[in-house]
Amino acid sequence: MEEKNVDVIIIGGGAAGLTAGMYLARAKSSAVILDSGTIGGQLVLTHEVANYPGIVTTSGYQLANTMRQQAKSFGCEIKSNITLSDLNLEGESKTVVVNNNIRYKAKALIIATGGRSRMLNVPGEARLKGKGVSYCATCDGDFFQDKEIFVVGGGNSSLEEAVSLTKYASKVTIIHQFDHFQAFKHAIEEVKKNPKINIILQSKITEFLGDEKLEAIRYQNLKTGEEFHQPIDGVFIFIGYEANTDMFHGSSLKLNESKEVVADELMKTNLTGIFVAGDNRAKRYRQITTAVADGTIAALSALDFLNSQH
Amino acid sequence: MVLPTNLKHVATATEHAQVLKDHENVMICCGRMGPMCLPVYDIMGDIQDEYKHVEFRDMMFDSPESAVIRNHPACRNFMGIPFTVYYKNGELVAATSSIQSQGQVTAILDREFKA
Repeated sequence: MEEKNVDVIIIGGGAAGLTAGMYLARAKSSAVILDSGTIGGQLVLTHEVANYPGIVTTSGYQLANTMRQQAKSFGCEIKSNITLSDLNLEGESKTVVVNNNIRYKAKALIIATGGRSRMLNVPGEARLKGKGVSYCATCDGDFFQDKEIFVVGGGNSSLEEAVSLTKYASKVTIIHQFDHFQAFKHAIEEVKKNPKINIILQSKITEFLGDEKLEAIRYQNLKTGEEFHQPIDGVFIFIGYEANTDMFHGSSLKLNESKEVVADELMKTNLTGIFVAGDNRAKRYRQITTAVADGTIAALSALDFLNSQH
Repeated sequence: MVLPTNLKHVATATEHAQVLKDHENVMICCGRMGPMCLPVYDIMGDIQDEYKHVEFRDMMFDSPESAVIRNHPACRNFMGIPFTVYYKNGELVAATSSIQSQGQVTAILDREFKA
């Protein structure tokens, strides 16, 4: 197996990882960004970014591409759509194997694995994705012209997307597990005054039904236990995000009850030489700007750590 | 009309037919520049060196010319972009709807287009 030594390994190429790579490479440290998916992470999933300071408006894809080019221009190595295995976070040398043929070794490692859209994880969901089950209103909304759909969730994304989907659908039903919405007041007001929107609270979908495409759902009232069968054309799911930390479960890295990485304000984890940045970190707010800030701090902390080792 | 990606494109139905005629194994991702499609283009770009026996192309979903994919019987129940189609000797052998992971893409490539 080929071995490569670098100063810092960065796992994850979203806004946090790219920023960390940029800072490290610019400081003349050798850094590699390793991502098992697409460079840009959740950033590329954002249609329009209008609140990133210094840029009036851009697409998430464009912003991610610019960050990628910046990191590369400073000399940061970037590998995407790869398989990662045999991760070792402890001891002086941190290691990870890429595509079963290259072992990267470094004294410091930054975990910037980000988050992902949460799935309902009920029967039929994965099988009917793209055949009636969707996670993107702007992508798939026009397939549901004059059709009846459900939207799952009670946060800002869910309610805003429900309103936007009324441009296409004849009827939108929001189903939410709690007895109230978590969204901002203005989003709730928009929903309540929209005549095409119906609301079902304290209920959850338990199964997606259909052979070739979604035909119906089963849902349950969580208060009464009563179950319902509802013929439906489409379901859009917006129930938040979860941290991409599966690869660290069972390791000695400290995670909180939500499986997010616990760190101090310098992004130091409980393991020596291991830092964290971005949406996988235990914190209150998750924005592109906070990911960029995390990436900056993690890189500077990693540089301090490397200097202290000499 | 073509998508602003780094992949090779299919712009017209005529070109679509020509690509199928010229290549034994073809994968075409028909989508937009949106969050469900970009990861699939990215995967195609990253694996094309490894799958040299496969011709990788994209096609603009909103072009009338892409009806050749959108209206294919295999895609009749699709309600999520991108529509990704795989052809062997001109015949459609697999099709998927919505975002796919690299594992899902390579599983189809390995199954349908053994080198």
